[in-house]
Amino acid sequence: MNDPGASRIVITGVAGRLGRLLAKKLHRQGGVEIVGIDRRPFEDKPADLIHARVDLRSKRTRDVFRSRRVSALVHLGLMHDPRLSRRVHHEWNVVGTQHLLEYCQHYKVPKVVVLSSAAVYGPRPENSQFLNEDAPLMAAQDDPGAMTLVEADMLTSSFFWKYSEGETVILRPVHILGQVANAPSNWLRMERVPMLMGFDPMIQVIHEEDVVDAIALALAPGIRGIYNVVGPSEVPLSVLVREARKKPFHIPHFAAPLLSKVFWNLGRAPFRGTELAHLRYVCMVDGSRAREDLGFKALRTIKEAVCAAVEHTAH
Amino acid sequence: MLGDTSSRSRWRRILESRFDREFLQKIQALPTRQNEYGYDPFGFHRDEALVAVFIGHILYHYYFRAEVHGTENVPEGRVLLISNHSGQLPFDGLVIGSAMVFDRDPPRVVRSMIERFVPTLPYVSYVLSRWGQIIGTPENCRRLLCDDEMILVFPEGAAGVSKPFSKRYQLQGFGMGFMRLALETRTPIVPVAVIGAEEQAPAFNLKPLAKLMGLPAFPLMPFPPFFPAIPLPSRYRVYFGEPMRFEGDPDQDDDELAPAVTQVRNTIQSMIHLGLKARKHVFW
Repeated sequence: MNDPGASRIVITGVAGRLGRLLAKKLHRQGGVEIVGIDRRPFEDKPADLIHARVDLRSKRTRDVFRSRRVSALVHLGLMHDPRLSRRVHHEWNVVGTQHLLEYCQHYKVPKVVVLSSAAVYGPRPENSQFLNEDAPLMAAQDDPGAMTLVEADMLTSSFFWKYSEGETVILRPVHILGQVANAPSNWLRMERVPMLMGFDPMIQVIHEEDVVDAIALALAPGIRGIYNVVGPSEVPLSVLVREARKKPFHIPHFAAPLLSKVFWNLGRAPFRGTELAHLRYVCMVDGSRAREDLGFKALRTIKEAVCAAVEHTAH
Repeated sequence: MLGDTSSRSRWRRILESRFDREFLQKIQALPTRQNEYGYDPFGFHRDEALVAVFIGHILYHYYFRAEVHGTENVPEGRVLLISNHSGQLPFDGLVIGSAMVFDRDPPRVVRSMIERFVPTLPYVSYVLSRWGQIIGTPENCRRLLCDDEMILVFPEGAAGVSKPFSKRYQLQGFGMGFMRLALETRTPIVPVAVIGAEEQAPAFNLKPLAKLMGLPAFPLMPFPPFFPAIPLPSRYRVYFGEPMRFEGDPDQDDDELAPAVTQVRNTIQSMIHLGLKARKHVFW
């Protein structure tokens, strides 16, 4: 474990689902020392993984970088939790990311991978069917909750220029499905899946393990830049609901914001209603750059991704 | 939504019974890039588009009784159809699309560009996308042309479709976007002249009211129902011209691009004149 020749990879948000999958994958590959930063407990962690149980915002995070040379940072710690205030989101996503990037520059970390999301482009009626990496990040325009995610993404893209000695990678995966506790997976897990009446936009989803594969590919030397990460293909929302063997629950679009707020206040909905535009408009991305530069191709089908989310086994 | 799978297949059987087997085989052979669920990346679904084919069949053959010339001029591979736009309601797009399905062998899917507010409308938004229509962004067009699809563009835009009856068959100003796309993707342009759409809704434009309401036009008709809601059954005549090919830098200034655009515009205008001359009557 204390092999001085091994490279040290720091993973933030390691106790989350993606963090655990990535840690296990890198661990299996061997030759690396993994330090996970997460304030949450990490059950059944691999024995030789170092878990620094610190808050991303605290100064103790710096010690992880100071004590030994870090060869890569994988920042999975961006947070989007509707239960927490915007202040906490700002501190965590913007200030926390800023600090991490500062440490990386100061301690000359050669590789920085930040997991953003394709949702930063924002679902809008005038969107092209496929947005490439240069498209403006418009998510915060209609959904103030996404503001800090957009800011963190932009911070990292400017870091790309500020710290040209290192390799910075931003990954923007489409809606991740699996055992992760994110909005699209929670949406599919609901007993009756809400949809907006008369709207059935095309959507892209990706299996959580495919995202982990993409992160592992991004860690290869020589890779830098922004990459959209897409799943196998595009389907309408209703197909996802059908694949999940759920019954949709159609709400008129004009009543949806109020209804979701009421249900949220009653504790019956996993959303506050700010993400409703994803059920209405297209927000799809072009993943050709990741395919060409990273050699990434999603291996799990849509059905597998949906089943992983609703915890069905494959039919 | 068409409902669950069983009612979906029932609808499909009813629709299929309206067409002969040979035609259905041709529709099944339409080249698309479907995934395992039957959807192409833009949301087009061949089975759901059968509804559009059926509506098109009724309007095209029985209501507008369209007469089509020159479908053999439409080549295989990527094509831009550039047409005049008129008649308050966009039935000209539907007739051109139907002509490519019913009167071209093999049939082809026309993908026309829809306005950017359409995705905000319930039902219309996804039904049009299942039928192969796309949001009119240059990026979408570029992608489809690179995939060798056929795109229908009305370069006059809203100014063309909502012009008053007094300006019938006079082409309005053309946008330059289609020419840049054609140059960039090396796409042949097929000029299309539609005769008969102007008479489906002879309207005049109530400009002050349009201005007040912030609309591009406020068309009114001098007979009930006064609003252009149901088109009159004027007979459509559609002329497809010979493909035009242009070469040059897609990023040049509008001034340098203008002669090529004018050439297309003049071709369509003269096709309209010839078509009007050949026409004996508006309704038959």
